[in-house]
Amino acid sequence: MKEVLSSPKFQTLMSQKNKVAFALTFIQLLIYYGFIYLLAFKKDFLAIKVTGSIPLGIPLGISVIIFSWLLTGVYTLWANSVYDRLVEEIKREIGKH
Amino acid sequence: MEMQTTLGQPNVVSILFFFLFTLTTLYITYLAAKRTKTASEYYAAGRSITGFQNGLALAGDFMSAASFLGIAGLVALKGYDGLIYSIGFLVGWPIVMFLIAEQLRNLGKYTFADVVAYRLKQKPIRIASSFGSLATVLLYLIAQMVGAGSLVKLLFGLPYELAVVLVGTIMIIYVLFGGMIATTWVQIIKACLLLGGATVLAILTLVKFGFSFNELFSFISEKYGEKRLLPGGLVANPWDAISLGIALMFGTAGLPHILMRFYTVPDAKEARKSVFYATGFIGYFYILTFIIGFGAAAIVGENLIKSIEKGGNMAAPLLAEAVGGTIFLGFIAAVAFATILAVVAGLTLAGAGALSHDLYTNVIKKGKATEEEQVKVARLATLILGILAIFLGIAFKGQNVAFMVGLAFAIAASANFPSLLLSIFWKKISTAGVVAGILTGVTLSVVLIILSPTVWVDIFKNPAPIFPWKNPALISMPASFIMAILVSLLTPEKEAQEKFEEEKVRTYLGVGIE
Repeated sequence: MKEVLSSPKFQTLMSQKNKVAFALTFIQLLIYYGFIYLLAFKKDFLAIKVTGSIPLGIPLGISVIIFSWLLTGVYTLWANSVYDRLVEEIKREIGKH
Repeated sequence: MEMQTTLGQPNVVSILFFFLFTLTTLYITYLAAKRTKTASEYYAAGRSITGFQNGLALAGDFMSAASFLGIAGLVALKGYDGLIYSIGFLVGWPIVMFLIAEQLRNLGKYTFADVVAYRLKQKPIRIASSFGSLATVLLYLIAQMVGAGSLVKLLFGLPYELAVVLVGTIMIIYVLFGGMIATTWVQIIKACLLLGGATVLAILTLVKFGFSFNELFSFISEKYGEKRLLPGGLVANPWDAISLGIALMFGTAGLPHILMRFYTVPDAKEARKSVFYATGFIGYFYILTFIIGFGAAAIVGENLIKSIEKGGNMAAPLLAEAVGGTIFLGFIAAVAFATILAVVAGLTLAGAGALSHDLYTNVIKKGKATEEEQVKVARLATLILGILAIFLGIAFKGQNVAFMVGLAFAIAASANFPSLLLSIFWKKISTAGVVAGILTGVTLSVVLIILSPTVWVDIFKNPAPIFPWKNPALISMPASFIMAILVSLLTPEKEAQEKFEEEKVRTYLGVGIE
């Protein structure tokens, strides 16, 4: 087990995983608090009409919902293919020892 | 044009739908009971749920009557502010996905305390974590039971106490006999009914406006003024808005009944899929409630909505009656009832997990209880909590419980979430650190909520609040993290730090998971 822990492969796996997870968390925080910032300080901007009587705030709010969902999709796609493949490789190596 | 409503009068269709739902779910409970023999089957459905099924069940756990009737009502009466609220409830899900879900699945068995206690001292951690869990679950449960009593009264004309006893009894049957298997299937059925019902309601609404959003929104701005389509009072104080945002976002990642669901899937892959599906379903549902809320303001009108219930909770059922007649009203009322039942079932099971798995099995029995004994105690805990829920529901009749959900989220964000996150990612976390963090989070949340406008002014009728914001999370969550980190640094635990390396193999590879 010690060998696995210190192997470069496992180290890369961990750092990749943490990078992706923290980067996506950061993007999510940015989207949400960016939206709160607009609500609090840029109300005029949200009142700009997109078409007819629909102000920008409405499509923007809906986009926050859709974008958050897409981020979970990006992560799932990455983790269930790239990450899990690496995990399987390392597990096979453990089995050999 | 003022419409009339039959809401609150016994409706044959709603009673029929209600019996159909109850009979189906009780039959499922009967089947589930035969498959529920071990602790893993009772708490975690034998880890047999797929990612898609768990996604629906998670959505079912999260889409409470408050988020269906409450948010639709908020949109109907306040317009855009309702959308801000629902966005806050959604954005926690990606955080659950990126930081918590699969780690939880890989490290734990039945409760989130399994993860926190993984390399720390069992006894103090289990006691502190179950304190955080039970506080969250009970507050949430009281709010749901009181809501249930009033809603069923409004929807079916049943007396409040009878409604609470009815909801409590059916829920106890599900959880007591069918454990997590029955609870999961009740959630799945409820989620499908709710998503289906809301979809039909939104479509019937849009038909009236020729499927043109522009027409719906111009109608709203002509009738109520353009302000309805813009952010209003909810973000009057930006710090308050940020604090609420923190509670909603990180509270989702600390709700015991949500976290428990990740143990029902076989592995990390399915855990990820389940968050993806859940976020999609919940997001879609919030978009529908937005349409439904505005539809109710346009078609039913705010005067009628307010005259039935001043908080706006009856906006969606009234709209259902206006666009689909009494039959559709009956269907939506039955769906709302199913929603309440399913959510209280999930909460009770999570509370029972804290009582029996964390406190009984791991503290009193020091981890040495037989399977049979574990299931027996879990069922006893379910029964106790269920009866307690009924009593609390009746005791809090007519009380203002609106602050309780906010407080539950604040505690989840500032006690459960910090302890979970630090124990997963930080090598130097110590037993004393976790305990200090949890106690700080719970105490600050409770004290600050009492001093806030929601309790100090609205309930105690004082002229001005001592703490200015409605939600304390912006103070209590960082304070909990700081306390946990400081105390951990002062009380280093060599054994826990050494175990961190071994834990990594399990966290990242899922080696040795149950």
